[in-house]
Amino acid sequence: MERLAFDIAHLLAGGLVLLSFVMLYQDRMNGLIRVFALHAVVLSLSVGWQAYSQAAPHLYITAAIALVFKALIIPYALHRIMVKLGVHREIEIVGGIVPTMLLGIGLTALSLAVMLQATEATTADPLAREDLAFALSVVLLGLLMMVTRRNAVSQVIGFMTLENGMILAAAGAKGMPFVVEISVAFSVLIAFIVIGVFLFRIRERFDSVDIGALEQGRGDRI
Amino acid sequence: MILDVGQAMTAVLAIPATAALVLVLIPGYRLPAALNFLACAATFLSALTLLSGTGATGDYLFVDDLNVVFVVLSTFVGLTTSAFSASYIGHEIAVGKLRPAFVRFYHAMYQALMFAMNLALLANNIGLMWVAIELATLTTVLMVGLYRTSEALEAAWKYFILGSVGIALALFGTILVYVAAQPVLGEGYDAMVWTRLMQKAAGFSPSLLNVAFVFLILGYGTKVGLAPMHAWLPDAHAEGPTPISAVLSGLLLNVALYAVLRFKMLLSVNEQAIKPGPLLVVLGLLSVIFAGFMLYKRRDIKRLFAYSSIEHMGIIAFAFGMGGPLANFGGLLHMTMHSLTKSAIFFAVGHIAQVKGTQSLAGIRGLTVSHPALGWGLVISVAAIAGLPPMGVFMSEFLIITSTFARAPLLAAALVFGLLIAFGALMLRVSDVAFGEPDGPVGPIEASIWPLYLHLALVLAAGLYLPERLVSWFQHVAALLG
Repeated sequence: MERLAFDIAHLLAGGLVLLSFVMLYQDRMNGLIRVFALHAVVLSLSVGWQAYSQAAPHLYITAAIALVFKALIIPYALHRIMVKLGVHREIEIVGGIVPTMLLGIGLTALSLAVMLQATEATTADPLAREDLAFALSVVLLGLLMMVTRRNAVSQVIGFMTLENGMILAAAGAKGMPFVVEISVAFSVLIAFIVIGVFLFRIRERFDSVDIGALEQGRGDRI
Repeated sequence: MILDVGQAMTAVLAIPATAALVLVLIPGYRLPAALNFLACAATFLSALTLLSGTGATGDYLFVDDLNVVFVVLSTFVGLTTSAFSASYIGHEIAVGKLRPAFVRFYHAMYQALMFAMNLALLANNIGLMWVAIELATLTTVLMVGLYRTSEALEAAWKYFILGSVGIALALFGTILVYVAAQPVLGEGYDAMVWTRLMQKAAGFSPSLLNVAFVFLILGYGTKVGLAPMHAWLPDAHAEGPTPISAVLSGLLLNVALYAVLRFKMLLSVNEQAIKPGPLLVVLGLLSVIFAGFMLYKRRDIKRLFAYSSIEHMGIIAFAFGMGGPLANFGGLLHMTMHSLTKSAIFFAVGHIAQVKGTQSLAGIRGLTVSHPALGWGLVISVAAIAGLPPMGVFMSEFLIITSTFARAPLLAAALVFGLLIAFGALMLRVSDVAFGEPDGPVGPIEASIWPLYLHLALVLAAGLYLPERLVSWFQHVAALLG
């Protein structure tokens, strides 16, 4: 039983890393949003499994937030924004797909090496250790995605991926207080970002949701 | 004594929180501006009563000799800025740059920011502190975008994205600290409480603490505005309302720095963990030299002083990174002096930009002739921030440099180099702006000058004579910082 619990948690966390890679090579907006929704579903399952195996009922709330807010509401809202603002369907990936993927593999290797080594001395159970390593990979891959996309909506998705990594880490740290509060705080933050993209009508003012276009309005560049 | 410490802590948080809720409901701007000032005054007074009772520790909040310095400074600058803000916003409405509906929102956000900063400073819990700093980021983002121009929206967006990534990384660091603490302190709430963490940090896994600190310094360092994570800072300062620039530079950067300092103290308790000092020294020095060169190319007066804030946060980080009683003392003093002086500069700059109708350095000439009070106020405060005697900034920089010379002459030389570069740039720009024939609109302005001169008087007083009690207080805190 112990072994099975470990394997399930492992599978789900590994699935998150894999889905992060899938997101890295998406060059269509629709595809990216769908993969992100799947990412959120897997996160929700993973947190739900942690709640069950740690017997920590408050984590179910976090899992529910991930499922309802990030797997349903946000993808729907992003889809609406795309239609309303007429965002281009294709996403330009800075530096091309192959170097980005290679960089992603490098970052994952780095985070595994760093986290497994850093947690070696602690008596923490192997599950928590590997959870942290996976979580750091998801975080770094999210950052990589934000850096390689110039389109505002996909940057938002990159940020949400990064945040999924945080929630994974927080849920994996046994008995950590404030996990629910933190996931609520993050949801508020994300809601603000998404509403911001919409309300500020970046499209209306700059004619596209391309960050490159935003930078033209600026008189004093570095 | 009217309040005991527990009540004072509650008051420092409850007054701004209540004021924020009330201010959302009141239309117009005269009454809200007055209420905003009153709420800040009440908060400042309750913060003063905290001074008597440091050492009080609760489950969620605590006051010790370190954070009380930050709280008093924050609430004081918050108070004077609210006075400046009243006249500034009045003018913005008169010329139609701001819609009254936004002003209601602005005042509520101002108080929400005060609440968030005080909560971050008083929190006895690394998770609560993180949530408070996130809240502070959100409120300032909303205020930076207040003018709804394309530049303001871009600045707000950039600040939002970079700030969010910063605090996300800080959260990862926070989680790692919890994971490190959990085997020693047990699962649950205890392993996130500052006072308990400090007692037991010697037994934490050093390698986890090291990784955690890297994330924390990258995360909170972004909010401090240290190079190379500073990219949001000049935009946010330049495009938002000027009172917000004053609060950002004078207060919010300090709050983020406070978080870094707390974690630095945590690491220094653990013998085997890396020494956090050198990392801070490198980032600080990089910020000073980078910002010094950047100052020369600025064409916008608020951007100029935003880069100067990066420089000064660099000096402060450098001082705390060097450590030791003297450098820490210098760092604390410099932080206080920078908050007072930089907000004074923004008070002057705000009214100047209103008179001239532009923030462009090229469009401002001969201020000392056309507007003596504002012009000389700017000249004196820039002289102060550049580090000319007899102002307080000179004192603190002198302390930092001499204490560094004794231990690492090369580092001190690099710091002096950066300071001189920045000094040249500031003198060049301010002489263009302040002297010569007046240019452009020279009409009178209804400005509240007293906050500016009050700050300058305090900075001058600190440069000439520091009261015995303040010195011993700062010495005590410097010893705490290790």
